[in-house]
Amino acid sequence: MSKYLLNKFLYTIDRDADLVERYREDPAGTVTWWESELANRILNCPAGESSTWLALEPAEREALSTHDHVRLFELGAHPFLTLTLFIAMFERDNTEPLEYQKAFGQRLTHFTLPYPDIST
Amino acid sequence: MATIAAVIASTHHPFYYRASTAPPEERPPFADAWVTKILAFRETLTRARPDVLVMVGSDHFHQLWLDNMPQFLVGKAPFYDANWANEEREFGLPRMLLRGQEDLSAHILRGGLDEGFDLAFSNELRIDHSITCPIITLRPEADLPIVPIYTNIFAPPLPQPKRFVALGRAIRELVESWPSELRVAIIGTGHLSLELGGPRQFGPHGPDPEFDRKAVEWIANGDIERSLAEVSLDSLWTPGNATHGFMDFMLMMGVAGEGAKADHVDSLDLFHTMEAYFTWYPEGVPA
Repeated sequence: MSKYLLNKFLYTIDRDADLVERYREDPAGTVTWWESELANRILNCPAGESSTWLALEPAEREALSTHDHVRLFELGAHPFLTLTLFIAMFERDNTEPLEYQKAFGQRLTHFTLPYPDIST
Repeated sequence: MATIAAVIASTHHPFYYRASTAPPEERPPFADAWVTKILAFRETLTRARPDVLVMVGSDHFHQLWLDNMPQFLVGKAPFYDANWANEEREFGLPRMLLRGQEDLSAHILRGGLDEGFDLAFSNELRIDHSITCPIITLRPEADLPIVPIYTNIFAPPLPQPKRFVALGRAIRELVESWPSELRVAIIGTGHLSLELGGPRQFGPHGPDPEFDRKAVEWIANGDIERSLAEVSLDSLWTPGNATHGFMDFMLMMGVAGEGAKADHVDSLDLFHTMEAYFTWYPEGVPA
């Protein structure tokens, strides 16, 4: 499991308005590009001093590549990161206030306590 | 020595700014009642005539990230820029610039370290809505210098609830020992029961009204002992997956003191989460 890297994807995409749009339009392509270009970048370090070992698990790659926020919850991605990024991508399609947010919760109702562990 | 002008604990709801500033045709139905409660709450700080604000909150994965995550962090800088692009995007929060009170930051850092809290520090900190929401509700002029203190209620492993209480007690003592004639308000924000990104989010009220009822009672009565007996890192998952933010309320109970009854208690049962507002006057209620 590499929950840390899953979270890092959500975090780094959310911080960049262009990447939010790119991920909305082309999730699989964005994940492939991100994993090769940014997954190993230590955020506060020069590019030449990146990490060398980080890679998504197949299930994580698949969940990110299909915008599958239910699977992300199951895999232990930090729910705040998932929610924030998915609101950024899809709230704009709302026809009434909080429509997307409520539907997002509805799709998770089969989860009961304890929820998947989000510790990293 | 400095005077503690007020101790204030509050929820921090990022929807308030937009709800209270939207044009009439866009105002949500709950906005007027919310604004009325906030204006009464704001008056409790105004009456205390503070010169400096110690602001306790929690970064929501903005500047602090999992590659370098402090548990407790004190800002020490002459200024703090505030609010982040995703808060502007989702909540319509404005960019802000707050002055810092570096002498008090230095005093809290030195004293906290000497008292056994291995505090992290930041000399360049961009603060987020956990601190700007109470600025917006309580001091919208944003004219007073601040000392921001961040706690980790967000990225496990978290410190134990008793450490939040202990840090609150220490902050109280440190402010009281600050060699200054200034009046300091200590303000902290957290959550009652709250779910974010889970199945119970954005319901008709907070995910666990019974927890909220008990929590408001603990805070209003300064019942630290009971809250510590009933709350643990494990138990806080039950009322809602973001309820660890309640530990910032526990920190503020530590600031107010065991058995300290709040002089102002109010709450508002919104959809999604309960809002709650508390003010203590350690020096007595201002005239």
